[in-house]
Amino acid sequence: MSRIEAEVGKPKGGLMKWIDDRFPLTKTMEHHVTKYYASKNFNWWYVFGVLAMVVLVIQLLTGIFLTMNYKPSAADAFASVEYIMRDVEWGWLIRYMHSTGASFFFIVVYLHMFRAMLYGSYKKPRELIWLIGMLIFLVLMAEAFAGYLLPWGQMSYWGAQVIISLFGAIPVVGDALVEIIRGDYSISDITLNRFFALHVIVLPLALIGLIFVHIVALHEVGSNNPDGIDIKKHKDENGKPLDGVAFHPYHTSKDLVGIIVFLMIFSAVVFFAPDMGGYFLEHANFEPANVTATPEHIAPVWYFTPYYAILRAVPDKFWGFVLFALAVILPIFLPWLDRARVRSIRYRGWMYKSALTVFVITFLSLLVLGLAPAEGVYVILARIFSVLYFAFFLLMPYYTSRDKTKPLPDRVVYHD
Amino acid sequence: MTEDDLDRNRRHFLTVATLATGAVGAAMVAVPFLSSLQPSARAQALGAPVEVPLGSLQPGEMIRVLWRGKLVFVLRRDEKMLAGLPGVVDDLRDPNSEVAEQQPEYAANDTRSVKPEYLVVEGSCTHLGCAPLEDFEVRPAEGWGGGFFCPCHGSKFDLAGRVYKGVPAPTNLRVPPYRFVSDELILIGQDTGAA
Amino acid sequence: MIDFKNIASVLALSACFIASPGLAAGGGAHLEPSGIDPDNISSLQRGARNFMNYCSGCHSAQYVRFNTIGKHLGLSDEQLADNLMFNAEKTFETIQAAMPAEDAARWYGTAPPDMSLMARAKGADYVYNFLKGFYVSEESPTGVNNVVLAGTSMPHVLWELQGYQTAYFEEHENEDGSVTSTFKGFEQLSAGSMDAETFDEFVRDTVNFLAYIAEPVRSDRRKLGVWVLMFLIFFYILAAQLKKAIWKDVS
Repeated sequence: MSRIEAEVGKPKGGLMKWIDDRFPLTKTMEHHVTKYYASKNFNWWYVFGVLAMVVLVIQLLTGIFLTMNYKPSAADAFASVEYIMRDVEWGWLIRYMHSTGASFFFIVVYLHMFRAMLYGSYKKPRELIWLIGMLIFLVLMAEAFAGYLLPWGQMSYWGAQVIISLFGAIPVVGDALVEIIRGDYSISDITLNRFFALHVIVLPLALIGLIFVHIVALHEVGSNNPDGIDIKKHKDENGKPLDGVAFHPYHTSKDLVGIIVFLMIFSAVVFFAPDMGGYFLEHANFEPANVTATPEHIAPVWYFTPYYAILRAVPDKFWGFVLFALAVILPIFLPWLDRARVRSIRYRGWMYKSALTVFVITFLSLLVLGLAPAEGVYVILARIFSVLYFAFFLLMPYYTSRDKTKPLPDRVVYHD
Repeated sequence: MTEDDLDRNRRHFLTVATLATGAVGAAMVAVPFLSSLQPSARAQALGAPVEVPLGSLQPGEMIRVLWRGKLVFVLRRDEKMLAGLPGVVDDLRDPNSEVAEQQPEYAANDTRSVKPEYLVVEGSCTHLGCAPLEDFEVRPAEGWGGGFFCPCHGSKFDLAGRVYKGVPAPTNLRVPPYRFVSDELILIGQDTGAA
Repeated sequence: MIDFKNIASVLALSACFIASPGLAAGGGAHLEPSGIDPDNISSLQRGARNFMNYCSGCHSAQYVRFNTIGKHLGLSDEQLADNLMFNAEKTFETIQAAMPAEDAARWYGTAPPDMSLMARAKGADYVYNFLKGFYVSEESPTGVNNVVLAGTSMPHVLWELQGYQTAYFEEHENEDGSVTSTFKGFEQLSAGSMDAETFDEFVRDTVNFLAYIAEPVRSDRRKLGVWVLMFLIFFYILAAQLKKAIWKDVS
């Protein structure tokens, strides 16, 4: 029974040869797609990387068409969004795709990062992929933050006010930094215009560049797999890993299914629940920004709330900021905090499994708590979960080295 | 057929079917994006027909109005102006308004208008778009029967907006769609029925 | 791959979504459900009439065009002109308030807000209860206050229809000496031209219209969504079969 090989490597005539003599087209296609071998036992945790790229394309495409009609001035921004929603042909669909895409970007990226934690995809030799990925995450957060100011609604304005003021907590440079970010003495038309430049040009370019580098780094080392073992250890007589299958057509056809399922969920939201109960499009943002009236209840958008909960849990402006920043940055160090000698959770002991379970509950709880008002029992809970969040990372060198791991298999575990 | 052949045929069929469906899907997704490039409801509102009352317009006078951001001249020609129109025909590039795009059929006549008295024409030189200036003074010595003169590159048009030979502009001034709502009121931008 | 970690994650996520509406509700009076039916065209038509007659004197709906209303509510240009367009001439015009904004701000202390998005910003239930929530109050310059928005500058525009009511509160002293007033109910003082049920329907129609203008495209987007999902299901079946066929020889 022969495996399918995409038809490449035949002598090419005509156009292909002309191009290949001047540009590594076939070479690149083979190296990165048709002769790139990835493990055959990928499960659905492995679809989120490609889904992140799909969401990126959606955001870029919808973003371009939004910029054709959006006006980045304090006087016109809110009205221009309503213009898009009502007067521009199909403007409503483009807008909803963009707002839904923003939330889905984070859902997909969080799950993508979680996969790395499940299967040790950040461990040697993939530390650099993880570092670049963390950088992408930071840029993505900045991109979302800048984008959220653009509709110039009540939540846009006041959310930005709170978060930018945070940076004032940095000693010595804090106040100057805040003024530089704003470009003015308070959040104003000037701030809006520059956040527009950041959101439309600077950060997308950075994102695209980083994603390119992220994939190059991945392909240099080769993909991990749910068993965390190295498929390059066992190759056939042609040098192909025994447990690998060519990315095209195997993983492309499989990813297509994943992409379609994603599009079904995405479309269900876009067409039937674009507000998502006020979590994707917040109610307060349907009122234009009013400098004199703060909304009763300010919270950042749901994808920032885990870190926001940690910030609020600390009853001190400076230390709250420090721990908030630390919470975002700490995952960067996972490749070195994790001392286990196996990659995948399948072969780890009860300590890591418990720790990771607690971490998931902690992260989700912090997410919910960040959305709630900081009152009563929620304050205590936020503090408890903040401690657990940091404990997961800071105690990791201890419990991962002491954890009793299972023996690794020689070949990947594959089920039809 | 071997099992391999059957498999290969099935794979081929499914590949074609899936790619075709994907292509259809992609085309359907493209529709909203490309449609959004059309004039929006606001553009259509702003581009709505413009009413021009004629009550105070004297013979020999011209007013300028804006329609869809474009300058439109409404000139009430007097007897002398109308009488002078046939005389310049030999010097014109397109005296019979044969270039169809430049006027609706009801303006493809000797006066290039619905009613001879009123000329309605876009104030945009057909060379490169500058706004022509009025020059209604008849100067027989120069062979000038009155009309419009474009300061940018010297194109000349007669009192029916027809372009002279020997100037850079290739065609007559455009006549926009318009109609008489009543004797005293024209509607520029619409030539059929209801508002 | 189903394992206890996945299940735990899904459960935790669901618990969050179930719990969160409770967290998000916050303080404020209990809001009676408005019961609006967005697909009821006659209700929307009545609501449009109500809005133009009772609200548009002070409140604009500056992003809403008459021709959009005509298209979705099945009204001809004549019907629009005869019943809804008091100050506007062309159907492409937007709904402007009759009262100039600066004058309104001077007379009422604050400019009456635009209504284009109110139902989306505050929710249909909020607006419904607000319109029904005016009660007589001697301290107020307008003679009324409102249980949903205390201290509102808006007068009781619908007094002729609803009549006047008083509100009674229950006072409760807290540990720190402050007093909390909880709204308990209304009592009708004088009758209006409508009985309670008719007035409720009047307000419901109006709120229905406000919910519609907050998102005129709602009905179209849901209809299109059905087609999109059907296409994707078909596409999914093909892609899943293709994947299986390609992976058939992998073991």
